[in-house]
Amino acid sequence: MDTFNLNVNGTSHKIEEESDTPLIFVLRNHLKLKGPKLGCGQEQCGACVVLVNGEAENSCVRAASEFEGDEIITVEGLSENRKLSLVQQAFQNEGAAQCGYCTSGIIVATTALFRENPKPSDEEIKAALYDHLCRCGSHSSVLKAIKFLRDGAN
Amino acid sequence: MVISPSISSHPDVDQWIEFTPEGRLTVHTGKVDIGQRISTALAIIVAEELDVNYDLIDVKRTETGVDPDEGFTSGSMSMQHSGSALRLASATARHFLLERAAKKLDVNIDSLEIDNSLIQSRDSNETVTYWELMNGNKFGIKVNEEIEIKNFENHKLVGERVTAKNMTDILTGEIRYLHDIELPGMLHARLVRPPHYRATLKGLDKKIIKRLDEGNVKIAKNGSFLAVASSSEYSAIKAARRIASSVEWDLGDGISSKDLYEALSSNERISLPIAVGGAPEDAPVAPIGEPPAEAVITISSKFEKPYVMHGSIGPSAGCAIYDGKKLTIWSHNQGVYPLRNAVAEALNMSTEDVHVIFEYGSGCYGHNGADDAAFDAALIAMEIPNTPILLKWTRDDEHAWEPYGTAMSCELRGSLDSEGNIIDWSHESFGDTHMGRPASGRAGSPAEKLVSTHLKENPLNWPVMPPTMGPHVGIHRNLEPLYQFPKTRLVKHLVRDLPLRVSALRTLGAFANVSALESFIDELAEAGGLSSIELRLKYLVDERAKTVIKELDKKMKRDNAGMAEGIGSGIAFAQYKNSAAYCAVGIELEVDETANVLLHRAWIVADAGEVVDPNGLIAQLEGGLIQAASWSLLERVVYDSGGITSRDWESYPILRFDNIPVIETTLIEQKGKPFLGAGEASSGPTGGAIINAIYEAIGLRLRKMPFDADAIRLAAMN
Repeated sequence: MDTFNLNVNGTSHKIEEESDTPLIFVLRNHLKLKGPKLGCGQEQCGACVVLVNGEAENSCVRAASEFEGDEIITVEGLSENRKLSLVQQAFQNEGAAQCGYCTSGIIVATTALFRENPKPSDEEIKAALYDHLCRCGSHSSVLKAIKFLRDGAN
Repeated sequence: MVISPSISSHPDVDQWIEFTPEGRLTVHTGKVDIGQRISTALAIIVAEELDVNYDLIDVKRTETGVDPDEGFTSGSMSMQHSGSALRLASATARHFLLERAAKKLDVNIDSLEIDNSLIQSRDSNETVTYWELMNGNKFGIKVNEEIEIKNFENHKLVGERVTAKNMTDILTGEIRYLHDIELPGMLHARLVRPPHYRATLKGLDKKIIKRLDEGNVKIAKNGSFLAVASSSEYSAIKAARRIASSVEWDLGDGISSKDLYEALSSNERISLPIAVGGAPEDAPVAPIGEPPAEAVITISSKFEKPYVMHGSIGPSAGCAIYDGKKLTIWSHNQGVYPLRNAVAEALNMSTEDVHVIFEYGSGCYGHNGADDAAFDAALIAMEIPNTPILLKWTRDDEHAWEPYGTAMSCELRGSLDSEGNIIDWSHESFGDTHMGRPASGRAGSPAEKLVSTHLKENPLNWPVMPPTMGPHVGIHRNLEPLYQFPKTRLVKHLVRDLPLRVSALRTLGAFANVSALESFIDELAEAGGLSSIELRLKYLVDERAKTVIKELDKKMKRDNAGMAEGIGSGIAFAQYKNSAAYCAVGIELEVDETANVLLHRAWIVADAGEVVDPNGLIAQLEGGLIQAASWSLLERVVYDSGGITSRDWESYPILRFDNIPVIETTLIEQKGKPFLGAGEASSGPTGGAIINAIYEAIGLRLRKMPFDADAIRLAAMN
């Protein structure tokens, strides 16, 4: 067992866990943050993506202990008391989720994109979401939501 | 009049509608929300009919013994079944409540008005709410199937855009899927699967087992079924990997590696003619014979599609606890009652002792691994009693063990006379069954459809399904064209001894049949000198069918679809099952210099009867288009004699955000008309439209899916 500190959603947590345990299991099972989803465990689908120091990163492979000192934000950390973030609100307005299993990763990736660049081009949007798989086919409404967020009401 | 088969089996209002002491309304349904937003549509119906605030309505997750048994949530039937039942139940409840209110307020019932569950009389100032009237009691009355329902002209909510149930929870990460369940003392489990279905367990390294046991990892073994469980999820994952690397399997004969399409056309099969109305007849198949004497042009085409995955993003999971007598299962499958019956049969238990509760899962698009994972969890729970077991399949398990959508081939022949009329049409479809669900009442045992019944001790035989005989089921779904050709010869072939495990995948046979026939129609149109639109309109008599095609044509012309250099566009149409939603799809695409198909724009025009939840309907139509585009362009389950080799998202690629067309969806309004199931309406037309668009773009008519760069290069060389 290893002991390390994780800063998640603005709070520091002391974690006791084996040093090779991937971040997602600590988030989900220790901290009860079930937003990040286990989809492949191979960094291939994006369902587990969280913000690490503002960048979208998979949480299903890299060990949690390696994230000591990083600022981690999960989808739960993007809203407070159900007050939606601008990204979440845009998705809600467009109804841009179906089963929702891939959605938390997509929300997080979109948040990272807009924090870096509030006016992403269509190509930049596609690139930011390229690693996120969705099987329900919510892509078209996700893209509409993101373009609405970028372009405003016009 | 509204008719629902669900009412005859569940005639009490209390079986559908419950006013709770907390001042909310619970809707009971046998249909489960798998991301298709059925709970939103059902809540809208109840809110409308009862004039209750939509936000006060909770749609309960189905549970055996508590909620209606409506079989499987499948075949785009939920609105006809549960939607119609709830509309009648709500209308009955409304009438009952008005009568009660009239008595309580001592006024004439005709003087009463309802405003958001508050009943008020025009003759007095007194009011009463539904909850005050119910006062915690039950209705105790039957659903009146003759009850007058609200006239559509008075609808305030039906057809409006609402925020879907669960949407906010999804976006904030608060939604709880089965995968997120936490129960006291729960263990996390993982499987150790053989390389393929036919392999059996030969030897387990006792030393590893002992070491795992010392590390508090429990092993559950039943025949060749092998799993591990631990309070730590990652410990379970590592233990499963350790066992997998040392366990020995007897591989038996392996998987047949005979060429798939050769097997489809030459294996033993049951062949049946399809009669008018789309159902098979138990009769000999007429030989195809020579084309009619008047034929001046006769064309033949063969279309092929491989095995395709459901490919849920979340691998299947199951949760179970066994207390020595009763087994409780949490599952994200599509029918808790059929699953209960199948599990009870497989474990030789009474159905009274098996309780199944639905929990949300990742979208499934048909019979994926959910039922199997539920049974796997049950098998582990039986080995480790009095302990809740949460089993998650891995990505590898899901890819290799889910029941796929069958490979199919379709052979078409059509003849034109000297005036370009279609005078002869033959369509034969070959494939395995689509009926792999663990359903009671179908041929064979439900238990043998649960995959681990073939791994456990005393394994069951693999199911051999008879041909389904209803209209538009399985292989022959949409085999009968909606076009009125003077002479048709339609045949289904249920092919035996095909290599992979299969079951129901969104649209069943309709995707292959519609893709094939809608491509072939274009071939005949070109041969006869008519446009794609003209030929379709010429042979359709149903005005609603013609309307969606004309509307699609209008939209695509307005947008100059396919007019730019190097771009192609194509259209296709179907009415799902020739009885559900009408849908026409247009696709515009380009084949780039690397032979990859780039999707530019898409148009959907659909008539789904009365629209309850337009946002949900559009999501289903566009989602169906994107999934079908993925099947068409990229997807193929690969295997060899050693087993499935498509075991992750690199070896089984699906469509990504970089190739999503800009989609415009148009709904033809049909207020007051019956609901027409729409969850599967756009898939078949999408396949056909892509074939036709590629042909227009590069002059190659592709007939063997997937149309990836390799396929296009190969076609170009030939």
